[in-house]
Amino acid sequence: MKPIRIFFRSISEAFKSVFRNFSLSLASISCISITLILVAVSVILSYNVNSFTSDIEKDVTIVVFVDNTATSEESDLIGKTINNIANVTEVYFQSKQDIKADMEAESDTFEAILKEYDAETNPLQDTYLVKVSDIEKIGDTAKEIKKIEKVELVKYGEGMVEELVNIFDIVKNITYIVVVALIVVTAFLISNTIKITIQNRKREIEIMRLVGASNSYIKIPFFFEGIILGFLGTVLPILICCFGYAYLYDILGGKLFTEIIKLVNPDLIIYNIVLITLLIGVVVGALGSYRAVRRHLKI
Amino acid sequence: MELIYFKNVYKQYKNGVNALVDVNLAIEKGDFVFVIGASGSGKSTLIKLLYREEKPTRGDVYIGGIKVSKLRNRKVYKLRRKLGIVFQDYKLLPKKTVYENVAFALLVYGLKETEIRKRVLKALDQVGLKGKYRSYPDQLSGGEQQRVSIARAIVNNPKVLICDEPTGNLDPETSKEIMDVIESINKEWGTTIIMATHDKDIVNRMKKRVLLLDKGMLVSNKEKGGYSK
Ligand SMILES: Nc1ncnc2c1ncn2[C@@H]1O[C@H](COP(=O)(O)OP(=O)(O)O)[C@@H](O)[C@H]1O
Ligand SMILES: [Mg+2]
Repeated sequence: MKPIRIFFRSISEAFKSVFRNFSLSLASISCISITLILVAVSVILSYNVNSFTSDIEKDVTIVVFVDNTATSEESDLIGKTINNIANVTEVYFQSKQDIKADMEAESDTFEAILKEYDAETNPLQDTYLVKVSDIEKIGDTAKEIKKIEKVELVKYGEGMVEELVNIFDIVKNITYIVVVALIVVTAFLISNTIKITIQNRKREIEIMRLVGASNSYIKIPFFFEGIILGFLGTVLPILICCFGYAYLYDILGGKLFTEIIKLVNPDLIIYNIVLITLLIGVVVGALGSYRAVRRHLKI
Repeated sequence: MELIYFKNVYKQYKNGVNALVDVNLAIEKGDFVFVIGASGSGKSTLIKLLYREEKPTRGDVYIGGIKVSKLRNRKVYKLRRKLGIVFQDYKLLPKKTVYENVAFALLVYGLKETEIRKRVLKALDQVGLKGKYRSYPDQLSGGEQQRVSIARAIVNNPKVLICDEPTGNLDPETSKEIMDVIESINKEWGTTIIMATHDKDIVNRMKKRVLLLDKGMLVSNKEKGGYSK
């Protein structure tokens, strides 16, 4: 019973303290809220960027044109060799006849031109469509394919894909840095708030010491106070992000400008965002108060 | 064995002041002892060694078997729960009522509300302030505030009540009342009393044991002594 009573007394002391210095608490809570809104927004963004990059990564294809002088055995061998490359996940063969038929079906102009050619004279080339697992090594894989006998041309939208992935990586890293910096600033602000609380309660702490309060009994309410500040700071960000993102998703119809950029369904990520926001708020609060207690509560 | 025991105790502060020099003394359970001496003679330092606010530079201090001089910082609270401490400036919390100020000492133990209430009212009764438990400190006279602080000091039923100039801010009449309260605690509860003071009238009138300090040295240790040599 004793530890439980002491636990609840600590929490109630901490709550009282938050409201006793309400303007100061409000400043901390606002700062945490701003930080966590940014954190939550970046988390939402990074979910979407991740989903978008993995979408385009799935679409990226190496197109391998087979030399027209290749026999069908040689062409089969090319397919097998490509399949043996480690990074290759999928190989799909399109014969020049198939391509011709496709193109003829696609437009009348093509049909008019291509009608001139029969199977022997078909100017198109047999093609392999290749998917890779690691998009960042696509250049190397393309080079490797190029070395195969009778492979004439290899195309994969050189550079563009890697560049896009790179840009997203940079954006992600900058976001991480900004978020970490904000978290550190917030921890210091909480630490400062708790420091002021400690100073305001110097007399009370002195008397507690005199009447035989243990060190942990004196310190624990300040930890709780930091955690409470952190927790209260998560309320607004969670509301804004959950409702805001769900609302945006609805009015945008689940996509950004074009069908290519699909937004991640809020139902899939909202719990994670709530969890991350809560965790960061509480941990930052605890860290901030830990620092203040360590530095300013010398007992 | 003696309740309180000083063995070759020296205290030198960081600035080089020798506040106590080779102090040896023993105090029995239930004793009432005055510590007297000129200002700066080391009275408060002796008191601070008792409740482990300061550690001796050399020598050892024992209270009820606890080696106070070697007590780790984390463990100091265990000693303090066996003591009651009263100061010249009362050290009350201005935003708490009389009742809350006294209960404060028991809250930190994690006691039940009913138990706290019983003990607080008993302590307030002992100091004659039961009727004012709802007042705030600034609604009380100096003497009444000191009674509250004494009630807080005895609410945990301590073995030793330590007082550092408890009447220092009070007029002679009020001082006498406070001394009556302290003496009643000594008589009725059997609490050992150690009181630093430079109030000659009180010491001469009460005829208790007197420890006289001079420049940090214990120069006289008399039963039923007076202030004048
Ligand atoms: N914290 C301290 N640091 C340095 N010197 C101190 C400290 N406390 C007391 N002193 C010095 O120690 C001596 C004894 O002080 P104190 O014990 O307070 O005497 P008293 O209570 O008898 O007036 C004095 O010279 C005082 O200046
Ligand atoms: Mg003094």
